[in-house]
Amino acid sequence: MRRVRGMKAAALLLAGSLALAACASDEPEAGGGNGGGSSAEELKIGLAFDTGGLGDKSFNDSAYAGAEAAVEALGGTVEENLQTLSPNDDASNRAELLTQLAQQGFDPVLAVGFNYDEVIGDVAADFPDTTFAQVDGANSDGSKGENVTGLLFAEEQGSFLAGVAAASKTETDHIGFVGGVESPLIEKFEAGYVAGAKAVNPDIVVDVSYLSPAGDFSGFGDPQKGKLVAQGMYQNGADIVFHAAGGSGVGVFEAAVEAGKRAIGVDSDQYLTAPPDQQAVIMTSMLKRVDNAVEEFITAYADGSVEGGTDVVYDLESEGVGLSTSGGYIDDIQATIDEYRQKIIDGEITVPTTP
Amino acid sequence: MTALRRIGPALLAPLLAIVTALVISGLVIVLIGESPFAALRVMLDFGDTPAQQTQAIVVIVNRAIPLFLAGLAVSVAFRMGLFNIGVEGQYRLATIVAAAAGAAVALPGPLHVLLIIVVAMVVGALWAGIVAVLKVTRGVSEVISSIMLNFIALGLASYLLTGPLRGSPPGASIITTAEIPESGWVPGLNGLLTGVGLAEPRTEMYGFLLVAVVAGLMVSVLIKRTRFGFDLRATGLSPSAATASGVDARGMVLKTMLISGAVAGLIGLPDLLGTSHHYGTEFTTGLGFLGIAVALLGRNSPLGIALAALLFGFLDRAAIPLQFEGIPASVVTIIQGTIVLAVVIANQVARQITRRQAERGSAQAVAPPSTGNGSTGGGQRPGGGPPPDDGPTTGIGTGTGVRNASGDARQGAGA
Repeated sequence: MRRVRGMKAAALLLAGSLALAACASDEPEAGGGNGGGSSAEELKIGLAFDTGGLGDKSFNDSAYAGAEAAVEALGGTVEENLQTLSPNDDASNRAELLTQLAQQGFDPVLAVGFNYDEVIGDVAADFPDTTFAQVDGANSDGSKGENVTGLLFAEEQGSFLAGVAAASKTETDHIGFVGGVESPLIEKFEAGYVAGAKAVNPDIVVDVSYLSPAGDFSGFGDPQKGKLVAQGMYQNGADIVFHAAGGSGVGVFEAAVEAGKRAIGVDSDQYLTAPPDQQAVIMTSMLKRVDNAVEEFITAYADGSVEGGTDVVYDLESEGVGLSTSGGYIDDIQATIDEYRQKIIDGEITVPTTP
Repeated sequence: MTALRRIGPALLAPLLAIVTALVISGLVIVLIGESPFAALRVMLDFGDTPAQQTQAIVVIVNRAIPLFLAGLAVSVAFRMGLFNIGVEGQYRLATIVAAAAGAAVALPGPLHVLLIIVVAMVVGALWAGIVAVLKVTRGVSEVISSIMLNFIALGLASYLLTGPLRGSPPGASIITTAEIPESGWVPGLNGLLTGVGLAEPRTEMYGFLLVAVVAGLMVSVLIKRTRFGFDLRATGLSPSAATASGVDARGMVLKTMLISGAVAGLIGLPDLLGTSHHYGTEFTTGLGFLGIAVALLGRNSPLGIALAALLFGFLDRAAIPLQFEGIPASVVTIIQGTIVLAVVIANQVARQITRRQAERGSAQAVAPPSTGNGSTGGGQRPGGGPPPDDGPTTGIGTGTGVRNASGDARQGAGA
C-alpha cells in the first residue's frame, strides 16, 4: 500500500515537473473523492473513439472538441469530467472500450463511428441505466436499445452543395472525387457530390476514385496514395477535387498545390488548419459538425432531455452539414449555393444517398 | 545444469527482449510525464470484483487465440526457412469464404462447424500453395509473392464481400456476409471457468481455444516427432545438405506452405464462430502481420508462441486501463514494437552465446550453425534450374532468428 502511494506521488511529481501544472493541481482533488455536489462535478462523460484514436485530425478529434466544449460550458474540466478511450491498432476491442467506460460509472457514454454498430447494442443491453450515443450510427428503430441515441448526418446534402460549388467554379467542366474507403458512408458523400455537380451542369465529367476497398481502412490514413490519385485526376483534366478521405486528404491538397489546381476539404473547415500554401487551394470544405452533435448531446444529457431509442439527424436545415467560406473563394457563387440549399431544405430536391 | 545450459539461451533471448522493451517503454512513459511504475501497476490490475478479473482473463485469452494461430502458421514456414508474409491474405480470404460457406448450408452442430473449419483450412492452404508453386516452378522468392498475394487477397475478399457474398441489407453502414446459422457456432467455455471456481465473466471465452490447442499439439508433434518434421528442420538448417541427403526440397516447400496456409485459415475462426458469426468490413485485420512478431518472440516453438500470444493479449488489454490513468494507448504499441525489435537483436546475442558454448565444448557439439550462414546464396546460381533453397538467405534480421531457433530445436531433438 505504501509503495502504491509512493508511486502515485512519483507520478504526480513527474507530471508537475513537466509543467503540466493544471493536471497536477487537479489530481489530488480527484483522488480525494467526489466531495462536490454541483452537476458539472458529477458529470462523467465517456468518449470511445474509432480507428485512429485521439489525434487523428479528423472525426475523432472533432468529437473530442465537441465534448470539450460541452464540458467547459457546463463548468467542468476535461481532466475531471471527460474520459476518452482510443481502441487498439486493429480496433478489435471496441466492445471492451464501451464496457469499461460503463462499468467505471461513466454516463453518458459516446461511441464515435459506425463501426460500433455491431457492439453497442450488446453493451447497452448490459448497462440499461447508462445513456449511450453513437456518432454515425442509426438507431431509429430502437434496435440497439432504448438507452442509445444515434447521431446522424446528412452527408449527402452537404456534399451536394460541394458538388454545386465545384461545378460552378470549374473551368474545364471536369472535377474529381477521392473517397477514403469504398464504404456505404463514403458513398453518401460521392452520391451527393455527383448529384450536386450534375444539377448545375448535366454534362460535367466527374472522376471518382477510392483509396482502399471495403474492409480495408488504410484509405483514411494514406496521404501518399491520396496524392497519387489526385495527381492522376489533375493530369486528366480535372481542376477541382473533393476528398472524403480523412487523413489521406492532406495528399490531395499537396497534389492540388503542385498542379496549381483546387481542392475541397471535408468534415472540418480544413482551411483553418492547413499551411499557407495549401490554404491557397482549399476552395471550401464540406462541414460535418460532429463536434456540434456531440456537444449538443452532452448538453441535452445534462438537461435531462435525452430521449433515447431514436436518431438525431444533423442536416442542412439544422446546420449540421454545410460549406465553409473561409478564404472567400466561393463568395461570388454564394447566391447559387444558397438557392440549392433552400431547395433541399424545402424538399424540392431529394439528394440520393447511394451512387 | 546441462538442462539449464540447454534451455538457458532459448529463454534468454525473449527475456532479454522483453526486459529491454520494458526499459525503453518505461523511458517513453517518463518522457510523456507519467510514472512507469504506476503504468506497470495499472497493467497488472485486473479489476476490483471477481467477475471483472475473470473478464480480464477472458479478454486476454480471446485475443491470444487468433494471435497464437497466426504465430503458428508463420512458424511452420519459418522452421523450414520460408518467410510466409502472406498469412494476412490467407486468413482474410479463408475467413470470408468459410463464413459464406457456413451461412449457405444447414448441418447438424459439430458437422457444420467441421465444414467451416475445413473450408477455411483448404482456402488458406490453396492461397499459400500459389506461393509454393511459384517458388518451386519459377524460383520466385516467397517473400515477394506472398506480399503481393496479400494485396490480391484483400482485393478479392473485398470484391466477394461487396459483390456475390454480400448478406447485409443495402445501405447498412457495415457490409457483412450472411449470418451463419446457430448450428455453426462454437459455444463458449465459460462453463469451464465457473467450473474451476472463477466468477462468471461478462463475455464468453472462445470455445475455439480447444481447436487452437489441438492445432498447436499437432504442429508440435509433426515437427518434432515425424520424418516430415525432421526433413523440414533439416532443410531449414541447411538446404543443400538436406538435398544432398535425399530430401525432396521442392516437395518440402509445397507441403510446408500448404500446412502453413491451412493453419493460417484458422486465424479468423475464433472470432467468426465465437462472436460475430459473419465476416464484415469491421472484421479484425492485421493479425497475419502480428503473427510474424508473435512467432519471432515465441522462437517458433508452439509453447513459446502460446506464451508470446498471451503476452500480446495481456498488453492489448492493458491499453484500456492505461488510458484511464491518462497514459495513451500508443504506449502499448511502443512496447509491442520494441519487443519485436529487441527480439531480433537478442536472438543474435543468444546465438553468439550458444556458439561460444558450442565452441568451448567442441568435441560433443554438433556442427555450429555458422556453417549454414548464407553459404547457399541464391541468385547467382548458374543454369536455368529453379533454386529450391534460397529461402534463408533472403532475410537478414529474421534469418538469424530462424536459423537460431532451428538450431535449438535440433539440440532438443538430439538429446
